[in-house]
Amino acid sequence: MPALRRTPLFGFNRQHGARFVDFGGWEMPVQYKSILEEHRAVRQRAGLFDVSHMGEVEVTGPEAARFLDRLVTNDVAQLFPGRVLYSTMCQPDGGVVDDLIIYCRGVDDFLVCVNASNADKDVAWIAEHAAGFDCRVRNLSDDFALLALQGPASVAILQPLTAADLGALKYYHCMHGTVAGAECLIARTGYTGENGYELFCRPADAETLALALLAAGQPHGLELAGLGARDSLRLEAGYPLYGHEISDAITPLQAGLGWVVKLDKKSDFIGRDALRAQQAAGLPSRIVFFKTGDRRIVRAGTPVVDASGAVAGEVRSGTLSPMLNEAIGSMLVNTGAGELSVDVRGTAIKLTTVKPPFVTLPAKT
Amino acid sequence: MPVPSDCKYAKSHEWMKLLPDGTVLIGITDYAQNSLGDITYVQLPKVGAVLATGEGFGVVESVKAASDLYAPISGTVVEINEALNTAPETVNREPQVGGWMLKLKPANVVELDGLLSAADYEKLIGE
Repeated sequence: MPALRRTPLFGFNRQHGARFVDFGGWEMPVQYKSILEEHRAVRQRAGLFDVSHMGEVEVTGPEAARFLDRLVTNDVAQLFPGRVLYSTMCQPDGGVVDDLIIYCRGVDDFLVCVNASNADKDVAWIAEHAAGFDCRVRNLSDDFALLALQGPASVAILQPLTAADLGALKYYHCMHGTVAGAECLIARTGYTGENGYELFCRPADAETLALALLAAGQPHGLELAGLGARDSLRLEAGYPLYGHEISDAITPLQAGLGWVVKLDKKSDFIGRDALRAQQAAGLPSRIVFFKTGDRRIVRAGTPVVDASGAVAGEVRSGTLSPMLNEAIGSMLVNTGAGELSVDVRGTAIKLTTVKPPFVTLPAKT
Repeated sequence: MPVPSDCKYAKSHEWMKLLPDGTVLIGITDYAQNSLGDITYVQLPKVGAVLATGEGFGVVESVKAASDLYAPISGTVVEINEALNTAPETVNREPQVGGWMLKLKPANVVELDGLLSAADYEKLIGE
């Protein structure tokens, strides 16, 4: 097995008590003190995540926007410098290659942030499909560290560290700025459902930046937060995770991401015909979120059965909601399956479907 | 956290404390709770259940995974810690105090002699 890759903050994380796990080939902090406490800190105060494992792909040139519009399902034509867009990128059959975030840095200059576990596949896919467009694709994953500052206290923590006017930075927008002496791309994005920021910086600046954020955050009750809390936060918010709610076999329409599939946008895009056909035919199965009223975690892979006891689907993600104190999750379930339940160690547990988010999230403007 | 010396220990990371009335309290060690991480659910047997040595008596579940619990000695369950139903995190905070799981009336109290002392257990987890 090849050695696990480490982020520029590996030493910082270790010094701050991180427990590490292999995540997509990266040695990443899963928790520092407690997943549940880190989760609650993000909902109530603030959390700081090292997400430097994420991949960054730069797409530049006169036809960069036209190419991206062909590549992804959402409408890239609506982007302008400083605007950020969430999208899926599909195969011709409508299955998802990855979900991603496009940061428009200039009219001909885009930074695409992709999942770490898919980064190599994505870079190859993007480069292959860029052929014939007047644009350049570069894998800059090693040139960026990424810190996510998330939670209601984020702005109060970050503003004293930068001259950038954070009040003017709207949700899903980005700007360049200096934070604690480090040049950053500051974005109002995140994966927790809370207000917050993601800071792209040079790897050499990552530790200085993390220490400054930690020091500024401690009076506000900021906690370092690992991938464990990141996963339970995103599930509570109802956000998809690649390999779970979306995959090469689950289309964005099935995942409830129809809002990022612009079937009628000007540009054709990869997967459009298949997604149109699926839309017209009706979805055979879809992702539905559930809660149980019980503390037993319903883990990914658990079969879901209907009232007759027949298998009608499968749990795709499951955890204990630290805010609701009950098991929550997502399942891929046949359309029209009716009453559903799962077996957890011999106990039948009824699933109550929920339209996420599971908790009240702040308005993000 | 030091390993309390007034208990016996199993290699499967349960602790046992012999009480003056001849019953035995059983729980999991600090080392075990620390490896499991945030504990979210503890499944225990019913009062009156008869356990054989080495028999699974329940499940302790954390965000990460669910793990079986094993009876280090045989006996009859005389009490379970109901408080863990709503506050399983007590096992993380005080595994050998408020985080006890069940009280057993041992079938054969000499079974305890075959288990690890605090010093031996400390050696086991130090390795």
